Amino acid sequence: MNKESNIYTFTFAVIMVLIIGTVLAFTSEVLQPRKKQNAADKKMIDILSAIGVDATRAQAKEEYSKYIIAETIINNKGEIIDGSAFNIDVLFQYRDKTLSPDDFKYPFYTAEKDNQTYFIVPMAGTGLWGPVWGFVALEQDYNTVYGAAFDHKAETPGLGAEINTDFFELPFKGKKIKNYLGEFVSIEVKKGGAEEGNMHQVDGITGGTITSDGVSDMLFNTLQIYDNYFSQINTVNDTTAQLINIDNINMQ
Amino acid sequence: MKSFFNKQHQKLIADPMGDQNPITIQVLGICSALAITTQLENALVMTLAVIFVMTSASSIISILRNHIPNRIRIIVQLLVVASLVALVDQILKAFLPDASEQLSVFIGLIITNCIIMGRLEAFAMGNKLWESFLDALGNAFGYGWILVAVAFVRELFGSGKLMGYEVPGFSHLYELGYMNNNLMILPPMALIVVGLIIWMQRARNNDLIEEN
Repeated sequence: MNKESNIYTFTFAVIMVLIIGTVLAFTSEVLQPRKKQNAADKKMIDILSAIGVDATRAQAKEEYSKYIIAETIINNKGEIIDGSAFNIDVLFQYRDKTLSPDDFKYPFYTAEKDNQTYFIVPMAGTGLWGPVWGFVALEQDYNTVYGAAFDHKAETPGLGAEINTDFFELPFKGKKIKNYLGEFVSIEVKKGGAEEGNMHQVDGITGGTITSDGVSDMLFNTLQIYDNYFSQINTVNDTTAQLINIDNINMQ
Repeated sequence: MKSFFNKQHQKLIADPMGDQNPITIQVLGICSALAITTQLENALVMTLAVIFVMTSASSIISILRNHIPNRIRIIVQLLVVASLVALVDQILKAFLPDASEQLSVFIGLIITNCIIMGRLEAFAMGNKLWESFLDALGNAFGYGWILVAVAFVRELFGSGKLMGYEVPGFSHLYELGYMNNNLMILPPMALIVVGLIIWMQRARNNDLIEEN
């Protein structure tokens, strides 16, 4: 058979692609459960890191069930809806252009650590080169940040990529998402550095302004939805709400 | 019949480790050598991945060499390399998720590693299976040892660690005022370390120095 004929070339290419396609599809299918498990472990590690628990992959599941006592989903009006909160991928949802933001589901995780209750809120946003995401843990007053963990897909190394390091994340601890009047103000990642004593700002990253702004927007857009919900349940317990407000005034 | 592992076979393995090294002599595969050598572990995983992809690709191409239509040979080579890389990527994601995350895009970029395509086109297309396999192995090791050497230097002096573990004795150095050199972590230092290896290699063997 003529090796250089069109028919031979064509047949060769088709057979080659068929074989390779089959092998790859088969491997992918066989490894699917493991990959899913790995992704789930990773998510548990990320959620736990927002409340300062460092879990390894091996004990992710165990630690997760130890600290996380409830998973809840709300919609953008602040109503609880049914479903598995853990399986909601906020980043996927955020980037899904066919989904209207009104239909977004907002999961959060209730954690208990050292007899304190924390609410861990996942979020997704846009950085400079790609998506950014993170988890922010709020304290029982639904106002004070207990911890934050961020990550990114492709931010500039040494600049925007620094959002996943302690030097960026640690200053979030203790910041407030509401002002002393109890109004939602979010937390701003401030270019040029946070003002001294400002409870609603953290230092931005020099040279990483667009990433910093992306994190600011993400915090604002996501936290306001949750704040709406938390405020609703908080008014039920008026005395606590008042205590929190007094607390805030003192802080200012 | 020629012996199973004769002088010529030894040369196939030895040359790319030294005087025909793909990175330091042929200056191929530099991009990954610069990018993933901040940690020894990543360099090792990358080396293993490249060894697997190269030896398999060379063997497959060598077996098929008399059947591959000349006009689409580069495409066929690319297809073989790409699917092997996809395979490695899947396996890493399933069994070594952390390494897979760290290496992220660079695993995919093995496809574009010029060493692999270079050896397929220059060697495996015209040689028997065993020779092609050895040639691939030699070149992959030649690539790998440079990677590991560079990563060793960079992790040791950049983070004071090896394989992610603290090096014993460094704590005393810190007390004496020693500091990790952050420059080591940055890409330029990889280039400089590779440069130093090239320098050492050429100082040892004058034949390697180009005449101008």
